[in-house]
Amino acid sequence: MSLDLLSEWYEYLPDLARGVWVSLKLVGASLVLGLPLGLLLGVLSASPIWIVSRLSIVLVETGRAVPAVVLLQLAYYGLPSVNLTLSSFVAATAGLAWLTAAYSSEVFRAGVQAVPHGQKEASEALGLTSADTYRFIIIPQAFRIALPSLLGLSIQVFQVTALAFTIALPELLSEAYNIGYTNFRFLSVLTLAGLIYVAIVIPASGIVQAVERRLSRHIPSETG
Amino acid sequence: MEPYLEVLGGLPTTLALSSLSLVIGAIVAVPIMVARGSRFLPLRLATRAFIDVVRAVPPIVWLFIMFFGIAETGVQLTSFAAATFSLGLITSAYLAEVYRGGLLAVDKGQWEAASALGTSRRDIFRFIVGPQAFRVALPAIATFAIALIKDTSLAYTIGVQEVFFHANSQAQVGAASPLLILVTAGAVYVALSLPTAWISRRIDTALRKKVAR
Repeated sequence: MSLDLLSEWYEYLPDLARGVWVSLKLVGASLVLGLPLGLLLGVLSASPIWIVSRLSIVLVETGRAVPAVVLLQLAYYGLPSVNLTLSSFVAATAGLAWLTAAYSSEVFRAGVQAVPHGQKEASEALGLTSADTYRFIIIPQAFRIALPSLLGLSIQVFQVTALAFTIALPELLSEAYNIGYTNFRFLSVLTLAGLIYVAIVIPASGIVQAVERRLSRHIPSETG
Repeated sequence: MEPYLEVLGGLPTTLALSSLSLVIGAIVAVPIMVARGSRFLPLRLATRAFIDVVRAVPPIVWLFIMFFGIAETGVQLTSFAAATFSLGLITSAYLAEVYRGGLLAVDKGQWEAASALGTSRRDIFRFIVGPQAFRVALPAIATFAIALIKDTSLAYTIGVQEVFFHANSQAQVGAASPLLILVTAGAVYVALSLPTAWISRRIDTALRKKVAR
């Protein structure tokens, strides 16, 4: 690696750092909005009221089956058709929150199902109300089971923020593309942008694995 | 009706891009998987790093590197080729791990029993371990294939004229309500993933019947 390349990258860094900051803010906003929504959808999709459960399932399944870029463009270019114009950041947050909610609702549901049934029966036998059983017995255990998957999902959401480029949000990829477009040195700046994604995603995945191992200490591992 | 038909006109390109990159990735994944399990430590570590890096970089960044970046080295790939290589690269890294998981899931006793019967390593792989590993890996391969179909929509950013490219351009020129056009495009991707899931379930049931106890 030549010194020229390094000094070139050094010049790009302030712009790209600004982009990373926008990407991270987008991840934060999408998670803050999407995770509670996901929990809600997970609960509602098991609702005894037919129309409520069907509607939640449709929201979850479309959020998972439709490409993320379509969700973003729907929020940005589609909603103005119904007189709702969002800024690119708000539109990106809306699209990614939908995606987060759809994927996390399945994670929450799996977490609740993974809590042994005896826990629920024992709570009933002790006379706990259904709400208290969920609040104090089931959800805390389900959350522990779901946590690694939720963290993994957050990393994926970070990778998906790159698509906000298509709705003109100045996140990491947009910043890199603009530099390349100005000086026609795409390879160099895109490589740096790629390395920044790597530098965030790989350590984050390592942390998720460590959390997963720590949370499952009490479960004897199968491989021994 | 015309703008909507225009969107459907991208279907052959979407299908070609998905299937080509899936086939290329599925083949390239084999040597990667072998290298990933190599006894030679540097090769094993290098392969692992390769897989991690390929998966850590968002697909759209790979598309841009292949299309805008590679062009600077004097090799100008067509947008379709650049998209196929990018998605094929990503597929190979993911499927290498999926294959490995499938092989690891096959009981070690199967290798031992087969070699005790004097079966050659190649035959063990071909007739005993391979089919069992495939059965384990199939659901994960199908899940990945569906994700891949969705990812082909990103190829519009480098000008591949697939389904979403047409939806986007029809919406931009105001040929129809952007909302309806984009919903149509979304529905096309849903419609493509349904048969993929169905075929995978059919194969899975068929394979399961063979080993039903």
